[in-house]
Amino acid sequence: MHIPDGFIDGKTAAAAAVLSVTGVGFALKRVRLELPPRKVPLLGLAAAFLFVAQMVNFPVAGGTSGHLVGGTLVAALLGPSAAVVVVTTVLIIQCFLFQDGGVISLGANVFNMAIVNSVIGYAIYRIVSHWLPGARGRIAALAFAAWCATVLAAMGCAGQLAWSGTIPWTAAFPAMTTVHMLIGLGEGLISAMVFAAISRARPDLVIESNEAGPQERAGELVLYGLLITLGIALFIAPFACSWPDGLDSVAEKFGISHRIAAALLPAPAPDYQIPGIHWAVGATALAGVAGALIVFGLALGLGRLLVPKTRNGVPGNQANP
Amino acid sequence: MSIDWLRHQHGHPDSPLHSLPAELKLGFGFGVILVTVLAPIEWSTWFICAALGLGVTALLSRLPLLFLSRRLLALSPFVLGVVLVNAFEPAGRGHWLAVSVKSVLCLLTVILVSNTTPFSQILRALKFIRIPALLITTIALMHRYLFVLMEESERMRRARASRTFKRGQRFHWRLLATIVSQLFIRASERAERIYDAMCARGWK
Repeated sequence: MHIPDGFIDGKTAAAAAVLSVTGVGFALKRVRLELPPRKVPLLGLAAAFLFVAQMVNFPVAGGTSGHLVGGTLVAALLGPSAAVVVVTTVLIIQCFLFQDGGVISLGANVFNMAIVNSVIGYAIYRIVSHWLPGARGRIAALAFAAWCATVLAAMGCAGQLAWSGTIPWTAAFPAMTTVHMLIGLGEGLISAMVFAAISRARPDLVIESNEAGPQERAGELVLYGLLITLGIALFIAPFACSWPDGLDSVAEKFGISHRIAAALLPAPAPDYQIPGIHWAVGATALAGVAGALIVFGLALGLGRLLVPKTRNGVPGNQANP
Repeated sequence: MSIDWLRHQHGHPDSPLHSLPAELKLGFGFGVILVTVLAPIEWSTWFICAALGLGVTALLSRLPLLFLSRRLLALSPFVLGVVLVNAFEPAGRGHWLAVSVKSVLCLLTVILVSNTTPFSQILRALKFIRIPALLITTIALMHRYLFVLMEESERMRRARASRTFKRGQRFHWRLLATIVSQLFIRASERAERIYDAMCARGWK
């Protein structure tokens, strides 16, 4: 998902850079306030860990292999602001030393992978694990959150590419979303398994990260939410709004006069694109919703599988905030 | 990806490019990338000039050409994916060509700058442009311990390979998760030790 240089144009890069600088600046400020000094080296080590963990390939069906992205996992372990800083550091090093992702598109990459992926992953993780208490609920919540965050980051990436005019939205959105709905399965599975293994071996590491109450996190998440909403409004909304145009041309095709179609539909601008392609976008959105429900079911099953039926007093259960 | 592949080579430290100040190289490299990204497709003169200039710089840097071309050829799968998607668009051939040229030029610039500038100088340049200290500390620590953790994961993998006779698919996932989680635990324990060592040396 690392966008190289040359793939997004000036306006997209500038908009994404402004959003990312604001987000990362806020994250640094939060981390400085809330992180005890003895945890400062942990940020650098967690970044090195994430880089190495991303190099461990796991097998995906059909002989191919995928790798961890890890924003949600790090956010669940260290909290959202620390995760934003950690993933941003990984992206900077990958960009400058290993030429993975471009310099001008660094802002866009930080927005998708550090801010959208970590923060949305964390928010979904906290909300779902609030509904499903206990160790099993936490595992299920993390698997589901990692899947959602991967798909949403891919959508952000597709939106930026489309806004730049590199790939048309009607091609980028279905392609990126479908591929990452599959990649997300691996991401969710490996994140949940790693999290389960860490909370078995060193429950104290996991308890510490889940100490902050929802009230403390609320203000933090509101600002990130604002940034992400702004990003969606810029990168994705212009394309989403053109769906009625697709309906418009279908209406025309079926012999409904343009005036009636205009009266029925809010966007009267004539659209000369093939309606089938618009349906592909709509169908992908529908598939995304259906996929989310299926993955949620799978995540619940995974929670049952990874956390054995326990008596009271097992460390995993005590970690429940 | 092996460790050797990621380890960047600094070539001959006595080349004219290595001795230039880091701020100059970084600024110049950023400028070239910025213009290349923003340039419209019609500016073919700029693309040719940039390609020639970068070629001469590559020779001046005395980096092994094999190393440079290997790095260039390893364009991420992302580029290939986008190229494939664009290949099916009948109208976008010229556009696709421009995108590929732009990304190759930018890639070459970053490779040249990053392989002729020691990392400590890059950090100093980051400090110079007022990147917050916490971020610089994190970047410096990550770079310092990146290869340490990579070797640690390599050791764990070797130990695992020498102990497990045959691996099944499900077992394989479990092993990977164990290795990654152990890596995190060892990283956080190392972070504690580093903090003590930093305090002992007067860090605050």
